[in-house]
Amino acid sequence: MTLLSLTEVSKSYGGVQALNGVSLDIGSAEVVALVGDNGAGKSTLIKVISGVHERDGGSITLDGQPVTIRSPKDAQRLGIATVFQDLALCDNLSVVANLYLGSELCSGPSLDELEMEYRTVELVRSLGMKVPDVRALVGALSGGQRQSVAIARALLGKPRVVILDEPTAALGVEQTELVLDLVMRLREQGLGVLLISHNMSDVLRVADCICVLRLGQNAGTFVAADTSRETLVATITGANLPTARGAK
Amino acid sequence: MSTVIQDVKRHAKSGDLGALPVLIGLVLIWTVFTLLNHRFISPDNLSNLALQMAPVGTMSLGIVLVLLLGEIDLSAGSVSGLCGAILAVVHVRHGLHPLIGIAAALAAAGVIGGLQGTIIERLRIPSFVVTLSGLIGWQGLQLWTLGKQGTINLSFTGSIAKLSGTYLHPLLGFALAVVIPLGVAFVAITDQRRRTGRGLPVPTQSAIFAKPLIIGVVTVGLALLLNASQGVPLTLVIFTLLVIAVDWVLIRTRFGRHVYATGGGIEAARRAGVNVSRIRTYVFIASSMLAAAGGILAVSRLAAVNQSTGGSDTLLNAIAAAVIGGTSLFGGRGRAYSALLGSLVIVSIANGMFLLSLDSSVRFMITGAVLLSAVVVDSFTRRGQTVRR
Repeated sequence: MTLLSLTEVSKSYGGVQALNGVSLDIGSAEVVALVGDNGAGKSTLIKVISGVHERDGGSITLDGQPVTIRSPKDAQRLGIATVFQDLALCDNLSVVANLYLGSELCSGPSLDELEMEYRTVELVRSLGMKVPDVRALVGALSGGQRQSVAIARALLGKPRVVILDEPTAALGVEQTELVLDLVMRLREQGLGVLLISHNMSDVLRVADCICVLRLGQNAGTFVAADTSRETLVATITGANLPTARGAK
Repeated sequence: MSTVIQDVKRHAKSGDLGALPVLIGLVLIWTVFTLLNHRFISPDNLSNLALQMAPVGTMSLGIVLVLLLGEIDLSAGSVSGLCGAILAVVHVRHGLHPLIGIAAALAAAGVIGGLQGTIIERLRIPSFVVTLSGLIGWQGLQLWTLGKQGTINLSFTGSIAKLSGTYLHPLLGFALAVVIPLGVAFVAITDQRRRTGRGLPVPTQSAIFAKPLIIGVVTVGLALLLNASQGVPLTLVIFTLLVIAVDWVLIRTRFGRHVYATGGGIEAARRAGVNVSRIRTYVFIASSMLAAAGGILAVSRLAAVNQSTGGSDTLLNAIAAAVIGGTSLFGGRGRAYSALLGSLVIVSIANGMFLLSLDSSVRFMITGAVLLSAVVVDSFTRRGQTVRR
């Protein structure tokens, strides 16, 4: 079932056409990977979906209903949560405090620390996250744990679609494993996941469907199970497209 | 006891030494001065220490707040002097009720803090520069407020001077010294009960009781010593209550949480929907008002305001106290009680040197060395916190 659908979405910055008629479907309980070379338009696309930038043309539908996303607040309200690459966590605060930052639970004038901690523990458990102590400072956590915290934070608003921007980019093997497990856990919980990644083996492992962008356009959509790494790389670089080679 | 040591080790590992360095420093300083001159821990001298501590400590409390944002307020000294002058002019020259004088001084500080905070936020000018202008400008306004006379004396029997001349009845002082650790224990026990109720991990019994026990030994011992002199000074009680109140706001309220978040990761806080501009402006207002409160306490202790009130090393002592107490210069790390512990260090050094009739040259050098070591500890702590990423 299609949850979020983009049709012919375009976006230009001044004279640069960053996106030119890009279409993309994300179903519930589906992991869609978005791959492409630098400058292919991946970042622009997620910025359009998450409301950081407004699209110039095309349409976005959620559950078949057309929606307008003008600001990050709009996206949030529609149930689209984005975890950007720089995570945006406060190193000097605990895991609990980071999760609830900006939407703290209070009882009277004071923080309801206990309730927040309790719900965090529950969430951490349900996601199978490996965070030893939810009261530990985020600055003392490993890269994978920090990524997990950022993802958990996005889940607090009960989103239906989660966009992950390069979640494994700076991580080691073990930490990457941690995050990929979490991505699969999100799918099990029925969420639609849009995963932006440069790492083909990660993408082939967790994604159901892979969407390749090239120079701001759709270059192909593949079912992960039937696709090889070589095909993907060729599509990303444009090596197998006769038009790309024979154009000039 | 072993659990306490484990606790300390755990904190040290995560890079947060908390109050430990300053407590060790305090014990060292007190031991050295007592060995050099046994009068240092005499009840009369401790009473003096307590009186000296309140003004600089209160100012330092405001500095702690701005340091938590990773900013600085260099105008705190001048604002304390100016507000002391305003109090004196309203109360002495115009003969109005002292409470009106205090209200006028605090209101003026609120306006000053709001003005500085707004300039820093709206025009995006570093707080260092804005409050440096304040340091000079408000001192000018102080001189202008005092007029040609330059000095205003307050009656030693007036209510402002009485603020510093009032001591609690021995029984009341003792009762307070017992109530504070009991309060700490009560909070810890209710917290533990509620945690157990929700199935959350609880600290061990000995860890729960160690803290109130240590605090209790200190407060009761202090109260007994002060009672041997004139009793617990009212200003010490006022200062302690202020510290507890500010700590409560910082740790237990949403505002406090946002102050830490803004200081530790302004971009993360902004994206989480925290109105960082408002938080920062409020903190500059609070800092100025606490500086004014410190100025009022200073005026009360000396029963006079002159052109040098709030000048000289007042500001630097307040900043040094906050940093020595364990508040980071890099923002996001520190507690309100660092103002209490840090100002105790500062006045202990000054007082001890005075007892030894050492020159102020030596006092400055030693205070400088202590401050430097506090900053070194701070920077090591900071490195320890981020090293594992």
